[in-house]
Parts: sequence; C-alpha cells; structure tokens
Amino acid sequence: MNLHEHQAKALLAEYGVPIPRGKVAFSVDEAVAAASELGLPVVVKAQIHAGGRGKAGGVRLARTEDEVRAAADAILGATLVTKQTGPEGRLVRRLLVEEGVAIARELYVSFIIDRSTGRPMCIASAAGGMDIEEVAAETPEKILTVTVDPAMGMQPFQARRLAFGLGFEGQVFRNGTKFLTALYRAFDGLDASQVEINPMLVTEGGDVLALDAKVSVDDSALFRQPEVAALRDIHEESPLEVEASKHRLSYIKLDGSVGCMVNGAGLAMATMDIVKLAGASPANFLDVGGGASAEQIENAFRILSSDPEVRVVLINIFGGILRCDRLAKGLIAAVRKLGVTLPIVIRMEGTNVELARRMLEESGLDFTTADGMRDAAGQVVRKLEAVPA
Amino acid sequence: MSVLVGNETRLVVQGITGREGAFHAEACRDYGTNLVAGVVPGRGGQTAVGVPVFDTVAEAVEKTQANVGFVLVPPPFCADAYAEAVDAGLDLVVSITEGVPTRDMVRVMRTVPPGGTRILGPNCPGVISPGKAKVGIMPGFIHQEGHVGVVSRSGTLTYEAVHQLSQRGIGQSTCVGIGGDPVIGTNFVDVLELFAADDDTEAVILIGEIGGGAEEEAADFIRRELKKPVVSFIAGQTAPSGRRMGHAGAIVMGGQGTAAGKMEALRSAGCTVVESPAEMGAAMEARLRG
Repeated sequence: MNLHEHQAKALLAEYGVPIPRGKVAFSVDEAVAAASELGLPVVVKAQIHAGGRGKAGGVRLARTEDEVRAAADAILGATLVTKQTGPEGRLVRRLLVEEGVAIARELYVSFIIDRSTGRPMCIASAAGGMDIEEVAAETPEKILTVTVDPAMGMQPFQARRLAFGLGFEGQVFRNGTKFLTALYRAFDGLDASQVEINPMLVTEGGDVLALDAKVSVDDSALFRQPEVAALRDIHEESPLEVEASKHRLSYIKLDGSVGCMVNGAGLAMATMDIVKLAGASPANFLDVGGGASAEQIENAFRILSSDPEVRVVLINIFGGILRCDRLAKGLIAAVRKLGVTLPIVIRMEGTNVELARRMLEESGLDFTTADGMRDAAGQVVRKLEAVPA
Repeated sequence: MSVLVGNETRLVVQGITGREGAFHAEACRDYGTNLVAGVVPGRGGQTAVGVPVFDTVAEAVEKTQANVGFVLVPPPFCADAYAEAVDAGLDLVVSITEGVPTRDMVRVMRTVPPGGTRILGPNCPGVISPGKAKVGIMPGFIHQEGHVGVVSRSGTLTYEAVHQLSQRGIGQSTCVGIGGDPVIGTNFVDVLELFAADDDTEAVILIGEIGGGAEEEAADFIRRELKKPVVSFIAGQTAPSGRRMGHAGAIVMGGQGTAAGKMEALRSAGCTVVESPAEMGAAMEARLRG
C-alpha cells in the first residue's frame, strides 16, 4: 500500500526522523491558513501517489500570501501528468504546505528488502534529488549499500559507514547517523516494503531532514498496522481495482480487448503472454485465486465486463483440486445471471474436464471450449476477427 | 531417487485440525505420503486424519520420528510455525500460506542455522515426487513418475508444465514450487543444486516470472554447474512496468527484473527459453531427444 507524502512524513516523525514543519490542506483557504501558521516562505506540494511532481508543476515556492493562494489554486483540482502517472494523469485533491528550508546539500537514502539476501538493505547516495536508477546505471560507484541483520537492527558502525561515505562531518555527521538509525526503525516498525527519502536534505544550519518521503507498506502486514491501513486513499486507485480487491480478486486494468480470467498469478501472466503472441492484446490481468468458487467467478465476470474495451473473454483455469464440472456450473450460472453477451473462450483442465465441456456445450450459451493454451489463444483471435470493434 | 520428499518422508501437518489442514493432510496421505502426525497447540492427545495430534512439533518428532513439516495455518501464525519446525530440527518444512508479512520471513530465515531445516515457501504449491510423496496442494493425478525436475515460482503454471510433460509421456522426478513472495525460504539455485546432484533427474524445467533477480542467479548457476538440459519459460513478458502482478514478487522496477533480461540471461546460459507457455512440454521433448 502506498502513502501520500504528508502521511509518510507524519509516520516517520513518530520514529524520530526529522521532517520540515508542514500541514496538509484540502482547499485554498486551508493552504493560506497553513502558510500563515508556518510562516513564509512556504512550499506548496501536490499530494498524489506518483513521483516527478516537481517537473509537472506540482511543487511551488510561495513567498507571499498571494503566491500561496495562487499556487494552491493552480495545483488543487489540476490533473498532473508525470512519468509515473501515465498519460491520463492524476487529479490533485490535497496539498502539503511546508516551511521553506535553506538547502546546503541534497542526498538520497532508501531502505528496501534485498531479495537476494532476504534482508533489509540501505541504499544511499550523495547524488540526491536524482532518479536513483539513473545514478546506479551511470555512476554506480556513488551508490553505498549496507545490509542489515534483522535480529540486530541497524548497527551504529553501519550508520557511521554510510555517514562517512556521504561526506558528513561534525554536527551534520551526528545528525546524519541519528537520521539513518531512526529511518531504519521506521522501516522495520511500519512493515514497510520501501522507504525512500529523495532528497535527504542538509540545511545551512546543519540539520538533516527528509524533504520528500515515499513509504510503501507490505499489504500482507496491514492487519497489524491499523494506523497505516486507515490512511488508504481510494482516489489514488482505479475504481475497478478497488472493487476487485473487495472480493479478494487481483485485477489490473490494461489497454487491450481480451478480458482474461485465470486462476493463479503465474498462469494469469502466462495467459496474457500467449494472447499477445497470438496477435491480440489483454484487457486486464485477473487472478481469481487458487480455489475459484462460483461466487468468485461471478464477481470476476462483473468486473471484467464492466470494462467497455473488452470484446472477447478468455477463461483459463487449471482445476487442480477444484473440479471442472463445478467450475462449469458456476460459469453458466454467472453468465445467465449477469446476461453476458460477449463471446467466451474457455480453456480448462483438471478433474472431470470432459463432463464440464459437455455442460458448457449443452448450455446454449456462446461458449467456445479450447484444447490447451495455444488453441485458446487462436480461438480468441478468430472471435476478435468475427466481432466488429 | 528424488529430491526433498520421497519414500523416506515422515510427514507432520501443522494445523491438521483446521478445514484446510485436514483436507490437505488427507489428500497427501491418499497420494501415498507417509503421514505420521499432526500438531495443533492445545489439541495434544487427540486424533485427526487417522494420526496422533501433538501440542508441539518437538513432541511429534520425538514420538513419531517425523522429518518433514507441512504448515497449514493463517498468515499471522505462519512464521511462528516455520520457526517451530526449524527448532524441532525437521529436514524440510513447507507452507502454502498466502499473505505472510515479508518482515516475518526476513526474521524467520535468520533463525535457520547453517545446515538446518530447509524452508520451502510460503505462498507456494509445495513439492511432489511423483509415485512417492506429495507435500503440497497440487493435484497428484496430473503427475507421472520420471526424470524431469520442475522448479517454479508459480502454482497453476507449474501444473500447466507438468500436464504438458505427462501428456507427452514424460514423467517427473520432483516438482518444486518455490513461491511468488519477495522473501522465500528456498530459491531457484537451492533447488537446481539438488537437481544437479540427483542421478534420477536428467533434465529441468525452470519457470520464472518478472521481478527480482532470482532467474538471473539461476542462469549463473546453470552456466557454471548444471550439466543437464534446461527448458525455461518466464511469465509476464507483456506485464506493464511498476505494477504488481498478483504475486507480491512479480513487479518490474526501474527496468530491473524484466522478462526480456531474464530470458536473455537463461538463453546465454544454454537453456532453451520458450516464448509461449504452450511450448514447455514440446521443448523438453525436443531437448530429451537430443
């Protein structure tokens, strides 16, 4: 789960990570009030779940009340298009108004779980404010890493090594090691999958602050992070994906015309791949889970067919423990109940598959059964050619 | 021979009195796995699925010489069940549980001493050595005894590969699902090491997916050490960057973990990499014919 910058900063501050003073604002008047409370100048920042806001005009410095009003008015309600939002952009519904700080240096620091060691890893770089992937590709020697033993936590020597590597000295060194230690505690305590501070700021006064903060929390840990779970902003998610998650379906909208319904994430991805290889394009990723009950199938159908781009549906289920005849029964019921008129190609495998095929064929509905994945993809393409766009 | 599980397996199911626990314990036993015990705290002294239930794994080991654990408990309790199996000194512990917090896996892996219990999963279909033993939730009937090892991050896509093999009369030595989570107990290289040393495994199917660097590490190992034919498929060639595709591990970030990069790494290591998931069985048949 992703958080807004202002939410992430508030959580980090609870763990002792220094942040600039700031207030969230949902209207222009609230932004002006926040600025007068904080004192000018302030920075007015769009709050959306995507990076690259600065370049898209979503971050503005305001030196007077009029400038605060103008900046808030321009950003709130605007649709920001950044490299992370896609061409459709993202509507700005809230702002963070923050005190202006005198910048001496900008650096980068993040914590992630390193999959090859299975442990938390700190990545730091003196090249702050830049895309870290670019730094890694062009000047890998500027990247510092430290792997943390989860039983020990971040050790003082590790924080010192990073601080020396970043060129910190004197009071900044002491503030820097404190910052890094607190940031690890936050990463661990919040069950975060990623905490990224870009830039980490050294002020002219020698303070070390998180000027921006991106925190993603492990969805599987939300049951024990109620404070984080309550921060979910469904405006930042696609409505169909929100609906799907309510039914424990994993759905991601794509831009093709073949609606896919599959059990299992790997098989779902493989199904998208074979659709593409056959010359068509998947409209979505949809994993109905290992079990795929009749109710799940009905919910999946409802979500699939509410996408107007879908012209053909491809169902690929490897039954496993689920019996195919039971699946067929659920399918027929769902299609009748929802009045689905799209052509449906079904590939299924597993126990009682012959009986299931007969049931589908005798149902009088527009089902095409396929033999294997390649045949299924071929049938889908033929159906697409037959139906007008 | 086979790897991880076989005729020597003595299975203890942790969570055997739950609905899922009882169902899968029975299915494993019916497949031919030697089920010897169950563990549910507070239910010691009872019987379930025809075997004695103990309060602790340690007691089950002491009384029944169980050596493999199968964990069927809800996500918040999975890491603790793994840790108990490690503490009791089982050879292998498998969990199919989906939704285990990553931080729990990070911590539990820290508890495994060198040479200690092998953890498989979580969020995986488990492991089966056809004709010998199954410790997992895969449909046993699609498998056939034979000499191809299968290792995969996915569940149903593994069944797909096995089905394609069995349809062609190509049996399997052992099929291992390692799971799709970011931190897992056993990775591709661990399983490939076992297959490399197993005389009964003549060839390997490796099914990867986008995200992380495990397939690249596997490619390195294959180039250096695995002198057996390998057929590979990578799921997610058409997945968009930055989106998590069902599995928490399946996400392409900043150009890392792409299907194209993984396919290239495996190809350059001498693997036959198929673009279509429908070609896994046929490609293996071709490799075996030489």
